[in-house]
Amino acid sequence: MKTGDFVEARRRLKEKSLAATEKLATLAEAASLVEDGDHIGIGGCMFTRTPLALLMEILRQGPTDLTLSKNLMCNEGEWFMAAERATTIITSWLGIGLPWGISRIMRENAESENPKVYYENLSHMALGLRFRAGAMGLPFLPTLTMLGSDLMSVAEAKTMTCPFTGEKLCLVPALFPDVALIHVHRADRFGNCQVDGYPFMDADVAAASTRVIVTAEEIISEDEIRRYPERTLIPGFMVDAVVEVPFGSFPHEVHGLYRADYSHFDEYVDEIRNHGTGAIRDYLDHYVFGVENHEEYMAFFDQQKIAELVDEARMLVEA
Amino acid sequence: MSIQYSNAELLAVTASREMVGVNTIFAGVGIPLLAALLAKHTHLPALTIVVEGGSIGPQVVPGYLPISTNEMRISHRAQQLVSITDIFLLTQRGFLEVGFIGGAQIDKYGNINTTVIGSYDRPKVRLPGSGGANDIASLCRDLIIVTRHERRRFVPKVDFVTSPGFLEGGSSRRDAGLIFGGVRRVITDLGIMGFDEESKAMQLEYLHPGVSVDRVLENTGFDLLVPDEIPLTEPPTLEELEHLRRIDIDRRFL
Repeated sequence: MKTGDFVEARRRLKEKSLAATEKLATLAEAASLVEDGDHIGIGGCMFTRTPLALLMEILRQGPTDLTLSKNLMCNEGEWFMAAERATTIITSWLGIGLPWGISRIMRENAESENPKVYYENLSHMALGLRFRAGAMGLPFLPTLTMLGSDLMSVAEAKTMTCPFTGEKLCLVPALFPDVALIHVHRADRFGNCQVDGYPFMDADVAAASTRVIVTAEEIISEDEIRRYPERTLIPGFMVDAVVEVPFGSFPHEVHGLYRADYSHFDEYVDEIRNHGTGAIRDYLDHYVFGVENHEEYMAFFDQQKIAELVDEARMLVEA
Repeated sequence: MSIQYSNAELLAVTASREMVGVNTIFAGVGIPLLAALLAKHTHLPALTIVVEGGSIGPQVVPGYLPISTNEMRISHRAQQLVSITDIFLLTQRGFLEVGFIGGAQIDKYGNINTTVIGSYDRPKVRLPGSGGANDIASLCRDLIIVTRHERRRFVPKVDFVTSPGFLEGGSSRRDAGLIFGGVRRVITDLGIMGFDEESKAMQLEYLHPGVSVDRVLENTGFDLLVPDEIPLTEPPTLEELEHLRRIDIDRRFL
């Protein structure tokens, strides 16, 4: 697709069923909707509401040559690099967080003579506006951000003179991912999705994408969705598959349900510090490729530890 | 008996005092957030803190300081949670008086680099990227930067302008289309820097107690403007330090 091609993006939507039918699927069925060469738009932010169980299943199924876009990329970005599945990463930031240092695999790739993965660097807001433009069905949006910085020369962005005021504007082109991957608190069998806490960019990522795959901590009844319609972030007609996956973001976090497992990040980063980026591949061999499904994966984690993370999440949302 | 404190604590206290008459602040995690929380506690009860993940007016449970700008810990008792794009749009609209960020590399005109050390195509060190730093630096009415004062960080010209300060100095920021904003202060463990009104070059404005002008110059990789009279900052008080230590009990940032 040409950059910002809203006409082609609309044409692709016409091939998609918008029927309000049952969308319930297994994780394996849902992940099979991702094809080689797809651009995947990922919901959540950093280590919050990341669709990790779905990303792990996509790794197991093996589509390659993927483009990943996410506002702030956490260690799931490292996994797709280590497994050699991603060829392009569009993000404003990559890493787990300040205390865990700079991503080693990102450094090795960027600092090598022939980087295997192309990074598009842009600002957090610029990426948000690229998804927003896609969600609006427009080719681009104007903004004041990034002007004058060197991001203008490495990101997909242009400047123009405002036809009304004569001021300089930055234009960022729409992103139209092939597939959106979104993890939510609750959905019904028709794919209507509700979240608590931060909405992040998820509604825009879903609306900008051709296909939408949702994992939900819990599948609830249609009546419960209709009781609080203002909480619905993504309407069911956009959604192609919905899967119930409790702890579907773990060891990342979900607002009010479980806090991120910082100690798991400590161990993950220590292994990379001590043994190099091959440790990411070892991690995947153990946690992703070494299991058949999410239930087997969750069995690796200590129940007592999970209970503590659940308790903290509950405490933090009690006003 | 003199009060003991770390460099990070000195940075946080100095930064909190720098916020005078501020009502809205866009704060990054780490020292900026700690300083904003301290300011709200000590002298800015009417301050609304805004955080990148979409959190407006959050509170922090002592001992549960957030590590990222978008996790549950910094949505606790928030007054509103909006999408990330919308938090930046209200910044673009002009509602955020002060933006408050850290930086890996900074130059004479207050430009910040968090993208690459060396060339972009073949970097010596790839850094994490902009995140929202560029947006905060571009869109807030004023910017405060906190960073350690080291010669390798304070360079004549950053390798990559991730977040704009005054660009090439003079009117170049405005000429690039950034008609508002700019860097008000750079707060370091050695003192407080400001910028010359015309040239927009960095100048020394305050020294921390016990720090000499020579020490500042030794740790700065460019010609810093030095006025004849340089007042001293007041050292942190026990009350300020105790509040900071209560919030960051694990000392992840202090």
